[in-house]
Amino acid sequence: MSQADLTMSHPAHPPGMTIGLAPFSVSANKMAIWLFIIADAATFAACLVAYGFLRNGTANWPRPFHSIVNVSVMTFILLTSSLTMLLGVRAAKAGDKSGAFRWTMITAVMGILFAALHIREWMGLIDEGMSMFHNPWGTGLFGASFFSITGLHLLHVTGGVVALLAVGFRYMGGRYDADDLEVTGLYWHFVDLVWMFVVPFVYLLNLAH
Amino acid sequence: MHDMSAQAHAAHHAPTGFIRKYVFSLDHKVIGKQYYGLAFFAAIIGMILSWIMRVHLGWTNFAIPGLHLLSKNGAPGDILTPEYYLQLMTMHGTIMVFFVLTTAPFAAFGNFFLPIQVGAEDMPFPRFNMMSFWVTFVSFLVMIAAFFVGDGPSLAGWTQYAPLSAVGPAAGPGQGMGEVLWASSIAIFCVGQLLGSLNFITTTLDMRTQGMSLWRMPLTTWAWFITSVMGLTAFAVLMPACILLVLDHVAGTSFFVPSNLVINDQLQPHSGGSTLLWQHLFWFFGHPEVYIAIVPAMGIVSHILMANIRRPLLSHRALIYSMGAIAVLSYMVYGHHMFVSGMNPISSIAFSFPTLVITIPATIIVLIWLGSLYGSKIRLNSACLFSLGMISMFISGGVSGFFLAQPSLDIMLHATYFVVGHFHFVMAVAAMFGIFAGTYFWFPKMYGRMMNETLGKIHFILTFIGAYCIFMPFHYLGMAGNVRRYQAFTDDYLQPLIPVHRFITIAAVATGAVQAIFLYNFIHSRFWGKPAPENPWEATSLEWSTTSPPPFDNFGGKLPVVYHDPYQYGVEGPAGDYVMQTDPTQIQLESDEA
Repeated sequence: MSQADLTMSHPAHPPGMTIGLAPFSVSANKMAIWLFIIADAATFAACLVAYGFLRNGTANWPRPFHSIVNVSVMTFILLTSSLTMLLGVRAAKAGDKSGAFRWTMITAVMGILFAALHIREWMGLIDEGMSMFHNPWGTGLFGASFFSITGLHLLHVTGGVVALLAVGFRYMGGRYDADDLEVTGLYWHFVDLVWMFVVPFVYLLNLAH
Repeated sequence: MHDMSAQAHAAHHAPTGFIRKYVFSLDHKVIGKQYYGLAFFAAIIGMILSWIMRVHLGWTNFAIPGLHLLSKNGAPGDILTPEYYLQLMTMHGTIMVFFVLTTAPFAAFGNFFLPIQVGAEDMPFPRFNMMSFWVTFVSFLVMIAAFFVGDGPSLAGWTQYAPLSAVGPAAGPGQGMGEVLWASSIAIFCVGQLLGSLNFITTTLDMRTQGMSLWRMPLTTWAWFITSVMGLTAFAVLMPACILLVLDHVAGTSFFVPSNLVINDQLQPHSGGSTLLWQHLFWFFGHPEVYIAIVPAMGIVSHILMANIRRPLLSHRALIYSMGAIAVLSYMVYGHHMFVSGMNPISSIAFSFPTLVITIPATIIVLIWLGSLYGSKIRLNSACLFSLGMISMFISGGVSGFFLAQPSLDIMLHATYFVVGHFHFVMAVAAMFGIFAGTYFWFPKMYGRMMNETLGKIHFILTFIGAYCIFMPFHYLGMAGNVRRYQAFTDDYLQPLIPVHRFITIAAVATGAVQAIFLYNFIHSRFWGKPAPENPWEATSLEWSTTSPPPFDNFGGKLPVVYHDPYQYGVEGPAGDYVMQTDPTQIQLESDEA
């Protein structure tokens, strides 16, 4: 290419980096999702810090949870879905289109299962009298922060399921490629990672003695 | 890389229809102009609000003709009620900080020039870019809508301290619907900024043309890049804070309302929350935000200064490192806004130290500017004058920052006009001067016509004098103990200070009126100005190597190749004392001669 030749003819001032490959060999799409993850992590951090701030500042914070069975099952499902996502991306990279699609759909189904269990748990708590501003065990802040944080996470799971289905079908239809699947996967792993902060702070810390 | 720009190009053929071309445009240049227009409009509203407040402060019983049209209850007999004064103050601060100081130097100029300066055809996500503007626009409409609903906009100040902001209508007019609109508007605004930041960062890292290494990027590009990194995380924290605030209003939660709060003899139904929590969340955003406003102006001023002193700054890299250091430190200093809020005194010390440390990079930047000016043959055009003005404002405001950074002094000065003078200088007026400088400098590139230099210089001299007349006396008022956010000083110990307030009011109205010169110059030059050549300022960066205004794909179907650092001034080049980045000429460096 003539432009490249031009640069070569001026060895005293070689061009800095030639932009054949983007920095870190990362495409703009992947960089954008990483940036989104940074911003989203800040959002979750703000919510969790606010929760911690309120929890520390409140005497007799309620600890209503008696069992970790439900949350363990949910965590297991979400963690496993990260694995299936990984398998899906690996299959896509290897060119196994149907395999990649299958794993992506399995991931989406696990996301739906997680959301269903979560909503069931919410319904149970609401039945026990818990709401955004009131609960039978103590300060209303408990319900407010519980529903806000888990609600924000549930919103992310729901969005992730929609993304998985959309990207999965478009991948199958040939509009998207393995990289798009990987980008969606990055988001899904992030949703999983956030849950690993939510569980100890919001659930385990609030287990009844 | 090239496939990425090809993607952006493919997404984005030159549109022909009016709507695609000028309204829902995917072109970063049009989006930049849209942001500029929004900021322009918002600045006029914000300025008019400040006029109303200033007149009220100087002559409390003066009836401003027609004011009742704005609010029947807020200004009966055309005189502001105390509450409506606070409501206007809140809107002045909010509109200026969010819709002028954040959008103009960062989103407007950044959108237009960042892709051109790195040699890209467009940003990698043109649709996100378009959404970013229209989301911001919706946010602006929601904010303005507060004037027209119920009892008007919120009165809690642009910082929206709880519990005032969180308890609802009991706290005063505007604290019902007006407050919900405020918090919703800002939450929406955060989404727009997030989309913008994503685009800025990916453009900077991924879309640079051949030869454009990171160190070869102009300082403006660096400034926008650093700003977008700050924006990415700062707005991501403000958004949930605003949503929690909305929940306190509409869902009955009490994140920010403490127990046993009694307002107007009524026990509030909320209980359990923390007022300090809001301040923590808000200032974690709020302090980076002031740098989001000023860092782009620093970049713009450095960029313009070099084109006019005809030599590089003393150190390109030290300036970039300093801006980076400011960005990092900006997250660690936010507690200095809360010295008197009832934080643990140990926290005050912990926040005071980085606050004093952050003055070091700021001082380095100022010293680089001043040192570079020393002994230079300067071209005093309007853009350069406003750059010098920005430096002056930044120093004047920065010096008062040293006092405020120390908790022991801050206890005395906090919530006085000293603080108002400080932040107006260092953040607001300095950034405004950066915006003016950028406008005079880039107008030829944006609109293809030159602005009138004589009018520009008159505009500068009057604005410069006016700004000092307005904001310098604020410091004296503050030291005399004049508290801020009071709507009148009629019959107490502050009465002797009223003449100072009147002086400020006259200066403010006059300086505001002077802006009509700028408005006229802008509009007249836009249509009837002298056609601009490609490179009117004999500058070196990539935006000057394309036509004025640039074609749809910025460089007419080919991407430029970059051979040099961005500021090769004071060297022997083919066209004069400069060598453009795209010019393959070898440069004889002074050090080579030696």
